[in-house]
Amino acid sequence: MAKMVYEKSRGLTNTPLTYCPGCSHGTVHKLIAESLVELDVLEKSIAIAPVGCSVLAYEFFNCDAIQAAHGRAPAVATGIKRVEPNKIVFTYQGDGDLASIGTAEIIHAAHRGENFTVIFVNNAIYGMTGGQMAPTTLINQKTSTSPYGRQEATTGKPLLVSEMMAQIPSATYIERVSIHDIAHINKAKRAIKKAFEYQIKGKGFNMIEIIADCPVGWNMTPTQARQNIADAMIPYFPLGVYKDEGGGPQ
Amino acid sequence: MKVLMKGNEALSEAAIQAGCTTFFGYPITPQNEIPEYMSAKMEPAGGVFIQAESEVAAINMVYGAAAAGARTMTTSSSPGMALKQEGISYLAGANLPCVIVNVARCGPGLGGILPAQSDYFQTTRGGGNGDYYTPVYAPSTVQECWDYVFKSFDIADKYRTPVMILIDGMLGQMMEPVETTVYPRLNVEKPWAINGNADKRPRNMLTSLSLYGEVLEAMNIERFKVYEEIVKNEVMVESTVKEGDTVAIVSYGAPSRIAVNAIDELKEEGINVGLIRPITLWPYPADIFQSLPKSVAHILVAELSMGQMVEDVRLAVNGKLPVHFYGRTGGVVFEPVEIANKVREILGKVIKPIEAKGITEVYNLRGGV
Repeated sequence: MAKMVYEKSRGLTNTPLTYCPGCSHGTVHKLIAESLVELDVLEKSIAIAPVGCSVLAYEFFNCDAIQAAHGRAPAVATGIKRVEPNKIVFTYQGDGDLASIGTAEIIHAAHRGENFTVIFVNNAIYGMTGGQMAPTTLINQKTSTSPYGRQEATTGKPLLVSEMMAQIPSATYIERVSIHDIAHINKAKRAIKKAFEYQIKGKGFNMIEIIADCPVGWNMTPTQARQNIADAMIPYFPLGVYKDEGGGPQ
Repeated sequence: MKVLMKGNEALSEAAIQAGCTTFFGYPITPQNEIPEYMSAKMEPAGGVFIQAESEVAAINMVYGAAAAGARTMTTSSSPGMALKQEGISYLAGANLPCVIVNVARCGPGLGGILPAQSDYFQTTRGGGNGDYYTPVYAPSTVQECWDYVFKSFDIADKYRTPVMILIDGMLGQMMEPVETTVYPRLNVEKPWAINGNADKRPRNMLTSLSLYGEVLEAMNIERFKVYEEIVKNEVMVESTVKEGDTVAIVSYGAPSRIAVNAIDELKEEGINVGLIRPITLWPYPADIFQSLPKSVAHILVAELSMGQMVEDVRLAVNGKLPVHFYGRTGGVVFEPVEIANKVREILGKVIKPIEAKGITEVYNLRGGV
């Protein structure tokens, strides 16, 4: 008898992913899908897709889903969660979406202590539109709108979103994780699952920032890009728990 | 029993009575009584009130609440309505029902807090990006503010569309007695709602996106078939124009009541004038202009703008009759005598000496003659 040792999570649909080779989104989608299934809340979950590479996320998560305007996912999630407080609501947002155009919405969702989960995928670039500079783009990183490398003098230093969000009194749980190797993927999974557990228990606003890559936007091979997370991203975006007032997992 | 209410209060209480369970607002004059009322009454009624961080966030909360299947409303005033247009376009694109109230003030830019009707284009032409319309109701009394809230929620649900209510700050702030009738609501199933019930049905998806041209074109064509139904079924207009009237004044909202006073003033001089008052601004009551009594030789549009609804009147009249214009803007409200004088001028009668400096012609910004 063949024994099933691994299978695609039923938290994902069979729609082929639209992401580039080596992109982190597939990994992050999998971690979310597995978490929702393991917590037995998939069917009562509602996903909010952003604008950006993951704009079609509503096609991939096997639960109710809606597409939101650029940066507005936390406001949309607020509307949904207040109507359906016993359902599991999460936004899936990139750094252009959350850290640039959507700063007001993310800060005030946390400010109100909205009881939903934000998955923030930070790959330091606008991928969908062709690799433009993001608020999280590293100093000297070349993008299509910082062709000579990001200059601090004119564009400032990369925004540290988790550090910023942890300052908001009503935020409950803020953690930054990475998915550049198996050990970190497993840690990321634990953080995502904890965030959803907190939501189930009504603990309030939680956000997991995931340091991710964009091989095409970074002009790297997938292997180089994963290595670049460890070498360049994590030194500037330190991993760890920035706030946890949820009481920890049971 | 009648209750003395402000227009803004009537809109608020009527929404709660019409089954609106979620309200998302942001402070801006002259609509502040609405979020204030909702903050006091919504939660005791079992609903949700949020003072959002911006008008942008408020309309996106409406998008979420509508998507989850709730009756939902937001209100604002002109500059805030400009900010909401992104969300309104998404609501239209994802076919989501809601009610949006604009208690309009003068503009452009920050403009001022005095009443105006200069958001007509924004309100009746979609307002945001893409091919879409929203039904627009224009109450002229506090009673109608009450009544058309019920109508708006029903129409929103029936056709799966955002519905606008457009009043001006004058009507929002005005107090009048209101018969607080609770009209029976149209109960529409929402099997499309994303409410996390995927254990009982296939999962639902809501989006305005398609990366395939033919698919998006088909979505737009489907929506315009719904718009055709709205045009066919939902036009509302009130007319007092009768045989013997030489002029028909077209005016909507609270300012139409000033036109009524002008008509009364003219009647004393033996000048017979009727009023056409569009109640729906989209769909526009174009047909009525094709069936006017033979005696009507002139159309006069009176609105608190530089001339916006006049374009719809010209389209509807289609060259059959001369279309004249009288407007005030910047928050100035015309007096009856100003409108009456314009009628006297049109008919070659002696005008009354007044100092009003209204806009007596539409500026020619379209080229041609």
